[in-house]
Amino acid sequence: METVYKRIDTITFSLLSPQQIKKMAHAKVVTAELYDKEGYPVDGGLMDIRLGVIDPGLRCRTCSGKLKECLGHFGYIELARPVVHIKFAKILHMLLQTTCSECSRILLSDEDILKYSQKLQTLTDLGRKKEIERLNKLVRTNSKGIKKCPHCKTKQIIDKFEKPSNYMEDNKRISPIEVRARMEKIQDPDLRLLGINPDVARPEWMVITIFPIPPVTMRPSITLESGERSEDDLTHKLSDIVRINQRLFENINAGAPEIIVEDLWDLLQYHITTFFDNNIAQVPPARHRSGQPLKTITDRIKSKEGRFRHNLAGKRVNFAARTVISPDPKIEFNEVGVPKEISMELTVPERVTEWNIEWLREFVKNGPKVYPGANYVIVDEVKKKRITQETQELILEELEPGQIVERHLIDGDVSIFNRQPSLHRMSIMCHKIRVLPGKSFRMNPSVCNPYNADFDGDEMNLHIPQTEESRAEAEILMEVETQIISPKHGLNIIGCIDDSITGNYLLTQKGNTLTKQEAMNLLIGVGVFNTEKLKKLKNIVTGKEVFAALLPDDFNSIGNSKACKKCKECKRKNCEHDSYVLVEKGNLKTGVIDSSTIGKGNGTILRDVHRLYNEKQAVDLYGKLFKLGIAYLLKRGFTITTSDADVPTNVRTKAKAAIKDSIKGVDDIIAKYKQNKIKAFSSKTVDETVELMIMQKLNETRNKVGEMISNSSSDTNNAMIMSTAGAKGNILNLAQTAMLVGQQSLRGERICKGYKDRTLSLFGKKDLGPEAKGFVRHSYKRGLNPIEFFFHAMTGRDSLMDTALRTPKSGYLYRRLANALQDLRVEYDYTVRDANKTIVQFTYGDDNIDISKSENGTINVKKIVAEVLEEK
Amino acid sequence: MSAKEEKSKFDVTTHKFVPKHIKLSEEDKLKLLEKYNITDNQLPKIIKSDPAIQHLAANVGDVIKIIRKSPTIGETEYFRLVANV
Repeated sequence: METVYKRIDTITFSLLSPQQIKKMAHAKVVTAELYDKEGYPVDGGLMDIRLGVIDPGLRCRTCSGKLKECLGHFGYIELARPVVHIKFAKILHMLLQTTCSECSRILLSDEDILKYSQKLQTLTDLGRKKEIERLNKLVRTNSKGIKKCPHCKTKQIIDKFEKPSNYMEDNKRISPIEVRARMEKIQDPDLRLLGINPDVARPEWMVITIFPIPPVTMRPSITLESGERSEDDLTHKLSDIVRINQRLFENINAGAPEIIVEDLWDLLQYHITTFFDNNIAQVPPARHRSGQPLKTITDRIKSKEGRFRHNLAGKRVNFAARTVISPDPKIEFNEVGVPKEISMELTVPERVTEWNIEWLREFVKNGPKVYPGANYVIVDEVKKKRITQETQELILEELEPGQIVERHLIDGDVSIFNRQPSLHRMSIMCHKIRVLPGKSFRMNPSVCNPYNADFDGDEMNLHIPQTEESRAEAEILMEVETQIISPKHGLNIIGCIDDSITGNYLLTQKGNTLTKQEAMNLLIGVGVFNTEKLKKLKNIVTGKEVFAALLPDDFNSIGNSKACKKCKECKRKNCEHDSYVLVEKGNLKTGVIDSSTIGKGNGTILRDVHRLYNEKQAVDLYGKLFKLGIAYLLKRGFTITTSDADVPTNVRTKAKAAIKDSIKGVDDIIAKYKQNKIKAFSSKTVDETVELMIMQKLNETRNKVGEMISNSSSDTNNAMIMSTAGAKGNILNLAQTAMLVGQQSLRGERICKGYKDRTLSLFGKKDLGPEAKGFVRHSYKRGLNPIEFFFHAMTGRDSLMDTALRTPKSGYLYRRLANALQDLRVEYDYTVRDANKTIVQFTYGDDNIDISKSENGTINVKKIVAEVLEEK
Repeated sequence: MSAKEEKSKFDVTTHKFVPKHIKLSEEDKLKLLEKYNITDNQLPKIIKSDPAIQHLAANVGDVIKIIRKSPTIGETEYFRLVANV
């Protein structure tokens, strides 16, 4: 194929004129027949070999190119009668409306035309495209609906557009011939005023007289296994057009009655319309014999399966794999476990050099069926040999530097791991391969968060970069360690989760001690082999010391635990909740470790390590912290039991009294309401005010009960441990299980649906009491009564529906937003501009802060000052 | 007085959510354009009939300075070019 090197300056879209169609055509199609008896394409048929070749062995009669060399050539047919091009039907209607039926001038007075022309000229000189559009629109609206032509004084009949392609004048149809004649008469300057450039688009070309036949190459036929030929949808449509056109010709020549000619003409219009677009509202879609609609030109281009979104914006690739994911906390964050089967299918091309030839020879020796082997050897630019039992020996003998071996994946290879929907850049990251048994991809549970993955059947994709450049790029730009800090808020998106937080929390609790042996076991188990650190351990080791053994020796950090009560004056080291987390020179002096120091999203220690040291060290520490937490939990043992939701009797009676109290409180409010003693809040009605007051009262109760439970629970309550550590669950969950489920709400209101003025028929009308409006006063553990159960199921179903309906909607919304914002960027002068360099913001975010380099959008000046002073 | 006219008497500039709009002098406008090295068409636009600039009697081509409250920095300046629809 010929390659042309040229730079595109401008692109102009224009209409094809009949002359142009004839000029670019290489054959006139005269028959709807495709092949003769021998199966050879008919001359003057739709598969004419002057239109290009799709059979191997044949040569194009126009360019003498073979299959794949010849790109195909257009042909044409002359239509017996002109036909409206469906895609321009609206424009034609506009032109019919705005111009005179006799003289084809714009229906505006000469003065107006002059005025608008001058305006258009000045705007064109200034290049104000949008304003020109606006002017065109103005001319169009002003010249519509004029009763008498200002030029030739003919009375105008308003043309009606009868979809899809008919124009009516006083119930009389204007034939396409007439339409075309009128269009021909419209003068160039008038067209410019209406917003049409006559140099490239004369309106008469919107009525087709010469019809272009697209090349065979864009509608190839396929030969079925049975030897039968199956034609492309476009070819089917074209043969319809040619056939009807031929019949129309014959009938006209034979002098057939006007009705028959008209009918055939309409049929021709139908076929040409559906050729361009088979989804037009008033036109029944053309179908196959099987009843499935034909895919014509518009279908090829438009929407998700069209050329743009399917073939150009999205492409399929080789060297990719997809399977179910499952967790493996024993592998590192930046690794991905790959099934052996996949690792033998995907390959890495490796060039043979004198230094690695022995190594690669082993792969070739193993062949495609033994792991780790190789599938192909690329001998030179043209030859690629598959390794099989027959070829193996020869290939092995001929293996020499310069050849490329496509070897199986081995541990440490670079890969790209991705989960759809890829909403942010952490949705596609670079992981190192770990070949493992099993059939699923394995990943460290800590990277679930950036991918937004879980293991309920999620599948993920894996790609293997095939060049040195792409591997380098993936490693430098996409490695998991480079993605720890999320650009959306500047916090760490990867952190310890679930068990590892619980474990570290229990380990570092005040007073927790281990023997030297236990500590050594733990530390060596997670990979601390630094003997200097281990030597420091005394016979009795505190949990904090074990934790600190992971930290670098010169590491300083200050933070707060989740338990921090935000006291007015911080007691710092003497904090009674042990929530002042102080790390000095790699020693954890005070404070308990929990989700706010090592968790995702806020982990201050993690972030400080990331900031002060390199990324490799940060990932290394993350991994060890994670493993330490799990290892300690494993050693200690951890579970959750029903008795975690047991409440001491005294608390139980207190809580019950509180619930009763609040119900009584509600009754009081209702009583007051009935006596008209409630004063409405501003901008609320009395009824709304009552609702608000009741809801507030009831919600208060649940919080109060939650507090009672959290205050009364012992340190050994597993659910409480998890919730204070920030690993899983919160007080509310516990309160709901143990004491009180609380008010069920639909759309922020108490339940009010069901019967007229009541939720269920067993309540009185307008009953405002807690029970009648969905207040659940029992706990999950004790069980709900039937009415409560019903209300609970109501809100449960509602939230289920809500998530199911909201996901696709918000997904589309996000897509539109992302597409609209995709080429905004901060320029060197700190302005935010779009692709046209139009200013969107004068200073980025008004404060010029790069969020990805801040902490949650702000810069903690105090911390920086403290750090600088410390160093001096 | 018709109901419509009655309505139009409301002065939006007094509302707390309407930031301050100021018309820039020709000199200031040129300075602004020079500062960002742009033509006036590259500025964000404000429609001439915008209620918040009616009291300024601004014409197409004028630049309006808007002093807004910003959640990140307190107060910021924004510039808009007066344009037709």
